[in-house]
Amino acid sequence: MGELGAFIILALVTLLPAAAVVTSRNLVRAAMSLVPSFLGVAGLFVLLQAEFVAGIQILIYAGAIAVLILFVIMLTAGGTGTAVRQANEQRVVGGLAAAALTAALLALLLRTAWPLAAGSLPRANVAAVGSAFLTTFVLAFEISSVVLLVSLVGALVIARRER
Amino acid sequence: MSWLWEIFKATLAAVAVFTFLALVGAMLGVYLERKISGWIQSRLGPKHVGPQGILQTVADTVKLLQKENIVPTNADAITFNVAPLMAAVAGLLAWIIIPFGPIFGRVVIVRDINIGLLFFIAMASLIVIAILLGGWSSNNKYALLGGFRSASQMISYEIPLALAVLVPVMMAGTLSTVGIVEAQRGGWLGIGNWFIFGLPGNRWLLIPGALAFLVFFTAATAEVNRVPFDLPEAESELVAGYFSEYTGMRFALFQLGEYAEAFAMAALTTVLFLGGWHGPLLPGVVWFFTKMFALVFVLMWVRWTYPRLRLDQLLHLSWKGLVPLGFVLVLVTGWLLI
Amino acid sequence: MLLDWLYVAVFAVVGVVMAGLPLALVWALAPRAEYPQKHLTYESGVVPFGQAWAQFNIRYYLFALVFVLFEVEVIYLFPWAVVFRDFITQRLGGFVLAEAALFIVILGMGLLYAWRKGALEWV
Repeated sequence: MGELGAFIILALVTLLPAAAVVTSRNLVRAAMSLVPSFLGVAGLFVLLQAEFVAGIQILIYAGAIAVLILFVIMLTAGGTGTAVRQANEQRVVGGLAAAALTAALLALLLRTAWPLAAGSLPRANVAAVGSAFLTTFVLAFEISSVVLLVSLVGALVIARRER
Repeated sequence: MSWLWEIFKATLAAVAVFTFLALVGAMLGVYLERKISGWIQSRLGPKHVGPQGILQTVADTVKLLQKENIVPTNADAITFNVAPLMAAVAGLLAWIIIPFGPIFGRVVIVRDINIGLLFFIAMASLIVIAILLGGWSSNNKYALLGGFRSASQMISYEIPLALAVLVPVMMAGTLSTVGIVEAQRGGWLGIGNWFIFGLPGNRWLLIPGALAFLVFFTAATAEVNRVPFDLPEAESELVAGYFSEYTGMRFALFQLGEYAEAFAMAALTTVLFLGGWHGPLLPGVVWFFTKMFALVFVLMWVRWTYPRLRLDQLLHLSWKGLVPLGFVLVLVTGWLLI
Repeated sequence: MLLDWLYVAVFAVVGVVMAGLPLALVWALAPRAEYPQKHLTYESGVVPFGQAWAQFNIRYYLFALVFVLFEVEVIYLFPWAVVFRDFITQRLGGFVLAEAALFIVILGMGLLYAWRKGALEWV
């Protein structure tokens, strides 16, 4: 019962700012609304007993990516906070497409027989993730470092092209 | 309905910690800062209000409470008000995982979260957003520039902070603060097992241990925007940086957030490197506060000893100095532990 | 474990309320003597010139970019650091250290690239 209440509160904390992100006329306010949305997602991770992922969500998304997005917006014309219309002439068609997608997703989610995993997550989240990284998923671990290197080099090449 | 009782206990704990922070962190901290600055500069500091000037900050707070509420024109009112609240709350939340020491056998800590250290670093990174929004929402060139500079500085020093945290984590094998302090139990006079001196079986670890302590303390000083890293709020540079337009109580809330974070960093340094509450004869809680206040004194001492670093020197120190050093320390610790 | 995070949530709410109390107190107690010049933005005592927002340096963005990538890397190192001692007792210490060293070296090359390409300069 308490968990249901927590889930409802966290869902509201995630979805209402998300609605503000896509409808706000002020770009900086839209970016700012991302932060409570990310924190809500972190709370949902906690409800799923994934503490480590929740901590990473707060640190990376709310602490790093939101900062990056805010920097970008404030360095461009959106930083003046001038009103931006977040809609165009194709609103009706867009709305119909969104409704169709929602219907399809709901049908999919409600009709699938989701298999429940046996047991629960190990209490020592971080140790379990660490062991998995270093034994079963070591290739993914090393390749992710290459992916990070590639994205760093790529981003720097693009950002400095005007020099 | 036990969760209702837990919520009540949590509320009490929150009120207690917030009051503790407001009294010790903000009021005592500001008073100590002014007194210590005075002594270092061969003057007396506050003396008139109360015995030896102890009530000075109380008087200042009462003054700030009656200042007029001014919001600059064209400032974004919602963001303008949210930013100091966010800074104060993030500073408060960082104290959840700080263990104060054993009283009647149980460690006094709000909650010993499993991922305690990760949570602390996450709270430190939330303050960056508060500062950026505060600088932008003031509709003031100086404030925006100060916000950018402060945010750049704080994010640049988060990497060395996290890397230096990895060294005691490797030596203890846990992210929980109580676990890390417990791993430093015992030893000669209760001091020998502190992580700054390495591990009892492996004294070579003193080198990465002590260096990680220095890296952590330097990064922590930069994280809380204190001299020598206080360019973003230097009076001679940018008026007051990102809080130029904040008056009265909102300014006090930003300051509360900063002082709470500074004390939390000092507390975490003692937990990670100086053995937390371990020490010879005196009870644990006394040792913890002694070490924490000793580090706060060092923070204030450093303020009047070193000149301010320029922004590019500051960023070079982090990216070209502390980050490579942090990586090397992590690898060396790993190699020495084998 | 959920209890820990309930405490975090309650702390956040109570923090907002208690930090908001002085603000409410100020709103109730403070004097109000309004005249328009009070709301001018501060620019060293002169009337503000130009817009409050100007084209700032792209340097800030590059630092934030490099920061995000290195923060993700440090996050990958956290679980490694926690289980490191357990692997030593299983006599796999050298192997595990080599894995992490490879990870760090690959990203160290990224830092070197950023350094040489001047992304970390503040000119």
